[in-house]
Amino acid sequence: MARKNSNLSKSIKSRQMWAYIFILPQAIVFLLLSLYPIVMSYVYSFYSWDGASPLTDFVGFENYTELFYSSRFWGALVSTIIYMFGTTILGVGASLVLAIILNANNMKGKAFYRTIYFIPVVATTAIIGVVMKNIFGVDGSVNQLIQSVGLTEKPIPWLNTSTLAMTLLIVVGTWKNLGINMIYWLSGLQSIPAELYESAQLDGAGFWKTLYHITLPLLKPILLVILLLSVVSGMNAFDLVKTLTNGNPYHTTETLDLYVFNYAFGGGMTGSTTRMGYASAAGVMLGMFTLLISGIFGLITMYYQKREKKEASR
Amino acid sequence: MIISSKLIKILIHMILIFIGLIWIFPFIWMILGSLKTNTEFMISGNPIPDGFNWENYSRAWIDANFSAYFLNTVIMTVATVIIVVFLCSLTGYALGRVDFPGKKTILGIVVGIMFIPKGYTIIPLYELVDQLGLTNSLFGIILAESSGAHTLFVLLFTSYFATLPKEMEEAAIMDGCGFVKTFFKVMLPLAKPIMATTVIMQFIWTWSSFLIPTVLTISKPELRTLAVGMQNFVGQYSTDWAGMAAGATISLLPVLIVFILMQRYFIEGVAGAVKQ
Repeated sequence: MARKNSNLSKSIKSRQMWAYIFILPQAIVFLLLSLYPIVMSYVYSFYSWDGASPLTDFVGFENYTELFYSSRFWGALVSTIIYMFGTTILGVGASLVLAIILNANNMKGKAFYRTIYFIPVVATTAIIGVVMKNIFGVDGSVNQLIQSVGLTEKPIPWLNTSTLAMTLLIVVGTWKNLGINMIYWLSGLQSIPAELYESAQLDGAGFWKTLYHITLPLLKPILLVILLLSVVSGMNAFDLVKTLTNGNPYHTTETLDLYVFNYAFGGGMTGSTTRMGYASAAGVMLGMFTLLISGIFGLITMYYQKREKKEASR
Repeated sequence: MIISSKLIKILIHMILIFIGLIWIFPFIWMILGSLKTNTEFMISGNPIPDGFNWENYSRAWIDANFSAYFLNTVIMTVATVIIVVFLCSLTGYALGRVDFPGKKTILGIVVGIMFIPKGYTIIPLYELVDQLGLTNSLFGIILAESSGAHTLFVLLFTSYFATLPKEMEEAAIMDGCGFVKTFFKVMLPLAKPIMATTVIMQFIWTWSSFLIPTVLTISKPELRTLAVGMQNFVGQYSTDWAGMAAGATISLLPVLIVFILMQRYFIEGVAGAVKQ
C-alpha cells in the first residue's frame, strides 16, 4: 500500500515536472520579449537618450515635464481622443443595427453579408491606408466621381484640411473595424435564449417591443465589453494614421502613437535627432491614458452589475 | 426575432447589398485599377479597365521589389504562426490538464498582463534584437512578432484541453505513452479546432503587422515585408498608380483568400475573445 502511494505521488510529481517544462518556452518568450520590454520602456523614459550612445544621462522626470509643456503632445492627445470617440460611437452603434438585422431568424444570406462586412477587418491596415490615400487624393476616384456628377466644381482636399482629414480617418477606421464589433454583437445576441423570443411572440409583442424590452436590456453586459475593446483599439491607432494622413496637415491628425513614433524613429525623416527617452515617456503616458479610460469603463461595468444584482434581489 | 413584412425584408436586402457594394468598393477599385494603364487611371472615370494590363504586376513584382517583400512576409508569417501554436498549445495543455503549484499565479499573469500599461515596448524590443545580433536576418522580426502573452490562444487551449475526457489520456498511458507522447500523439490532434483558430488569427495578424517590421527594417530594405514595402508607393513611385494598385492586390489577396476559405475558425476566435 505504502509503495503504491509512493508510486502514485511519483507519477504526480513527474506530471507536474512535465507541466513546468511545457510552460517553460512560453515563459522564456514572455519574460524576454514582453516583460523585459515593458519594464525597460519605463526605465528609458527617465533618461535623455538618442538610442545609440550608452544609457548614462539620467534626467529623472524631465522628459515628463517637457511633455507636460509640449502643445504638440496635448494636441496629439486631443486627436487621439477625437479619433477614439468617433470610431467608438459610429462603430459600436452601426454594428449593433447590422447584427440585429443579420440575427433575425428568417433572414436569408446571413453568411454572405457577414463575410462581406467582415472583409475590411482582415485586410492589412497599412495597405488600406495607401489605397485610401489614392482614392481620396485630390485627383483620386472620389473627387473624379463627385465632379463628374456635378456635386462640386473643384476637387475636395480630403487630406489637406484638418477637419476633413480627421473625419476621413474616423470613417475609414470605423469601416475597417465594424465587422469585428458585428461579430461581438452577434455572439451576444446568440446567447439570448430563444424561449424568451417565443414567449414574447405569444404575448403579441412586435419587433420594436421585443427589441426594446428583451434584446437591448440583455445586451447591456456585452455592450460594456465591446465599448472597452473599441476604446482601447481607438487609443492605439498607428497603422492607419501613419499610412493615410501621417499626421498631416501640420500635425493636426497626429495621434499619440504616431507622436511617439515620430520622436523615436522619425529623426531620419525630419532631420532632427532621435529622442528615445522622450518618446518612451510619451509612450508610458499613452499607456497610462489607455489604462485610465479603460479603468473608468471597468468601474462603470462594476457599478451597473452591482445595481442590477440589487434590483434582482429585491 | 422575426421580421415579418415581405416588403420590409426586400427593402433591407436592397440596403444591405447597396452598402455592401460600397463596403467592398476599395477592393474592387484596387483590383480593377491594377489592370488599367496609368493614363487610363488619370483620365478615365470608368472603373472598368479597357484591357488587362498585366505588366503592372510584373512592374510591382520585379521593379518595385514585391517578390522579395512577398517572400519575406511569407517566411515571417509562417514561422511566427508555428512558434505561437507551439508555445500556446504546450502552455494550454499544462494549464488545462495538470494540477501543479503556481498554476493560479500563471493564469493570473496571463490574464493580468492585458491590463498593464505597456509603455513603448518597440524601443526595448529593437534594442534587444540588436544586442542579440539578429538585425541582419528575418529571425529578429520573427522573434519580435512571436512576443506577447497570447492570452486569447492560451485560454482557448486551456479550456479546450480541460474538457477532454480523462479516459483518453488514461488509455494512452495504458498503451505505454508517456506525458509527452500522450500530448503529441493523442491530445494535440484532438485540439485541431483550436489550432485552426490560432493559425488563422495569428496568420492574419502577422501578415498585417506594420510597426515591428517597419522599425526592425529601418536600415535593412532587403528585409522589408509587403506592408512596409507598400509605403514606397507613397514617395518616389507616387505617379505609378496602377503599379500601386497591383502591389496592394499582391499584398491583400493571400490574406483575403485565407480568410474567405477559413472564416469559420477566424470568426469563432473573435467571438471567443469577447466571451473570455
